[in-house]
Amino acid sequence: MPVKQIAGVQVDLDDEGFMINPDQWTREIAVELAKEEGIDTLTDGHWKIIDFVRKDSKEKGQIPTIRRMKNIGGIATKDLYDLFPQGPAKKSAKIAGYPKPKGCV
Amino acid sequence: MADNEKSRIEKVSIVISRGSLDGVYPGLIMANGARMEGIDATIFFTFFGLEAIMKKRADKLKVSTVGNPAMHMPTMVGMLPGMSSFATSMMKKEMDKLDIPPVGEFIEMISDTGADLFACKATVDMFHLSIDDFLPQVDGIINVGEFYERSANAQIIFT
Repeated sequence: MPVKQIAGVQVDLDDEGFMINPDQWTREIAVELAKEEGIDTLTDGHWKIIDFVRKDSKEKGQIPTIRRMKNIGGIATKDLYDLFPQGPAKKSAKIAGYPKPKGCV
Repeated sequence: MADNEKSRIEKVSIVISRGSLDGVYPGLIMANGARMEGIDATIFFTFFGLEAIMKKRADKLKVSTVGNPAMHMPTMVGMLPGMSSFATSMMKKEMDKLDIPPVGEFIEMISDTGADLFACKATVDMFHLSIDDFLPQVDGIINVGEFYERSANAQIIFT
């Protein structure tokens, strides 16, 4: 299990670079992980999604689906794809400090 | 990694040709899943698959209980009134648990992911339909030649 220093914190990662322990996450880590995903600046729109992913995952014990982000989180699917292009569910989960989503939708 | 990048699928064209609930969902899930992975996706609805994008039909599709051995139900039982509705409501309940949306909402979501949705011209003519019969997310009515043009460099998946 790789351990990496990100934004001054020792972070446990899986082989694909997803965080294994969401409790190690900080907002500074999110900024660094976003850069790895090609997102240079996290805007308010990004943070709305990251904050919802963190809150909902903590409450429900699983990463929200794109539908749940839309219906419960009030995040338009178009915005999600615009802000996290090329794999919105995986990228938002990764930057929010959660493991790779396992569902099909 | 280099091998992985070389063999990555960039684009899929999915044909949905059946109009039962179980005939429509696999194609929708595959199209949505493609977009989730950053793969371009086009869906071509043909024959009874058109029901999935018809305003009046999209949310009324049913599971077929007759002629479907995987239902583990004798054909004569499957024919009884209400059996198809019963099987349909069971399946919808299970799908809702997995957060798989009803057909109309799914079409809207898939369109919002940037996928293109087309109706097959031959079927539209055969059933005497027009663009007004379809959900607003449908990008147009195209013939099979245009489908192949749009599918250049895509993997074509027939369902």
